[in-house]
Amino acid sequence: MALLEVRSVSKSFRGLRAVTRASFEVPEGGLTALIGPNGAGKTTIFNMAAGVYAPDAGEIVFAGRRIDRLRPDQVCAAGVGRTFQVVKPFAGLSVLDNVIVGALRAERHVPQARRVALGILEKLDLLAKKDLPASSLTLPDRKRLEVARALATGPRLLLLDEVMAGLRPTECDQMVEVFRALNRGGLTILLIEHVMRAVMALARQVVVLHHGEVIAQGAPQEVVRHPAVLECYLGEETEL
Amino acid sequence: MKARLLMAALAAVLIALPWMAGNYVLSVATLALYFAFTGQAWNVMMGFAGQLSLGHSLYVGLGAYAAAALFTKFGIGPWAGIWLAMALCVAAGAAIGLLAFRFGISGVYFALLTIAFAEFTRIGFDHIGWLGGPGGLFLKVEQRTSIDLADLRGTPAMFYYVMLAFTAGAFALCAWLLRSRAGYYWQAIREDEDAARALGINTFRWKLLAVAISAAMTSFAGVFFAFYYNNLFPEQIFHISQSIEIILGPIVGGVGSLFGPILGAALLTALADSLNNMVSAMGWDIPGVKQVFYGVILLLVVMFLPNGIWPPLAKRLGLERKA
Repeated sequence: MALLEVRSVSKSFRGLRAVTRASFEVPEGGLTALIGPNGAGKTTIFNMAAGVYAPDAGEIVFAGRRIDRLRPDQVCAAGVGRTFQVVKPFAGLSVLDNVIVGALRAERHVPQARRVALGILEKLDLLAKKDLPASSLTLPDRKRLEVARALATGPRLLLLDEVMAGLRPTECDQMVEVFRALNRGGLTILLIEHVMRAVMALARQVVVLHHGEVIAQGAPQEVVRHPAVLECYLGEETEL
Repeated sequence: MKARLLMAALAAVLIALPWMAGNYVLSVATLALYFAFTGQAWNVMMGFAGQLSLGHSLYVGLGAYAAAALFTKFGIGPWAGIWLAMALCVAAGAAIGLLAFRFGISGVYFALLTIAFAEFTRIGFDHIGWLGGPGGLFLKVEQRTSIDLADLRGTPAMFYYVMLAFTAGAFALCAWLLRSRAGYYWQAIREDEDAARALGINTFRWKLLAVAISAAMTSFAGVFFAFYYNNLFPEQIFHISQSIEIILGPIVGGVGSLFGPILGAALLTALADSLNNMVSAMGWDIPGVKQVFYGVILLLVVMFLPNGIWPPLAKRLGLERKA
C-alpha cells in the first residue's frame, strides 16, 4: 500500500513551471529516492508535500488523507517529518533543546519529551554533544541534528532533503546505516539525494525527475540504465 | 547551589529594605522594581518569542485608565479593576497579534504596528472627555499613614511591597513558562519560524499567546502606576518614551534571560537617579540629561556586550546559562 501518493501535481512560480503533472508513490515501509539534476523540481515537490506551498493542480495524499491544502504544522501533525536542504538549527538553543522542541509535538510535558529526545540523540550519535549550542556544531552534525529533530516529532514518513550533501564518504556511510536502521524499524523514508553512492546503497525505489516531470521510476539498478535517465545526466548519444 | 543562595540573599535584602532605607531610597527601589516588572513582561514577547514590541505603553496606559476609571467613577477597587485592565490589554494585544500574524507581518513592520496602536490610542484618549481628555484623570490623594491594601492607598513601604510581589510573581511565572512547552516553542519560533512550523508548531497561535501573556502582565503595571502616581495623562502614559523606557532594562540586562530585565532595570534606575542627584547638587539644570545618559549606556552595551550584562556576568559567577 502507498503511504504517500503524489497525483499529477503541478506548480509554477511566476510562469516558470517547476513541476509538471508529476505522479509517484511511496510505499509504506519503503525507502524511496527522488533524484534528478539541479532545478528538476525535487525540493518543490518536497515543499508541497510538507505544506510550504499548495500545488496549482493535482493532489497529494498521505495515509489516505489529502494533505496538499494543510499548513506545515498540520502536515507534521499528520505524521510527516522533514529536514531542510539548507539546515535550520535553532542556533541559540542547545542540541538537546533543539530535539526537545520536536519531541514536544507528541509529548506535552518537557520531562517526557526530554527522555524521547535523549533516546533519539543516542541513535544519531549526538549524545556527547547534547549540551553544546547548536550554533557550534559542524555541518555533518548539523545535518544529523536536523534529522534528529524531525524524528523527534514521531513521523510515519520522513522527508530528507539532501542530508548527505557535503559529507565525507565515511560520514555518508554512517548516515546510510542510520537510515537503514530507522527503515527497518518501520519508518518510511523519501529522500532527495545527489550523492549516488547513498542512493544506490539505500533506495529500494528511485524516482527520476527532469524539468519538473517524472521521466523514470523503478529499482535503482534499472533506473540508472534507463535511456531517458542517461540522456538527462550524460546527454544524448550522437553519431559522429 | 550557588544560584539558590544568591537568590535567597537577594530576596532577604529586598524584603528587609523598608527597614533599612528611607522613603527616598524606597521610591527609587519601587521605580526600579516597576521597570524590572514591565521589562520582564516585555521580555516574554521579545526575549522568548522574538516579537519586538515598541508599544508596550499601550498596555500600561489601558491598564491604568481601566482601573482608575472604575475607581474614580464607580468606586470599584483596584483588585477588581485589574480584571477589566487585563481583559482590555489582552484584547488589544490579540487585535495587534491577529492583524500582524494573520498577514505575516513580522520584524520591523510588526514593531511599527505596535507603535501605531499605542500612538492612536494616545490620541484617542485625548478625546475621551469622560476620562479627562488631555487634562488628565486624577485619583484622590490621601495623606495616609495607615495602610489600605484593598484600595491600594498607603505608605511608600506598602507600594514597594506590592511592586516587589508583582516582580517576584512575574519572575516565577517567566521561569515556569521558559521551562514549559510554551517556552520551548517560543524560543524555537524566535530562532527559526520555518523550522518551528515544520516541527508541528502552530506558530500563529503560540505567538498570539506570547502577546496575550505579555499584555496581561503589563496591565498590572498600569494599575500600579495609576494608584501610585494618582494622575494619568494620555500624553505621558501612552507616550513612546514610556515604551522605550520599558525595553531599556531588558536590553541592557540581557534580552531573553530571566535576570536580565531585573538587573538592567535596577542598574539603569539607580544610575540615572544618582546622576540626577549629582547634577542638581552641582546646581546645574540640564533638561534631558537622563535620556542622554540612557543613550550612552545603551550605546556602550550594544557595542561591548551585545547580549546584555547578565549572560557574561552569570558565566563569571558560575551560574547556569539558562537563568
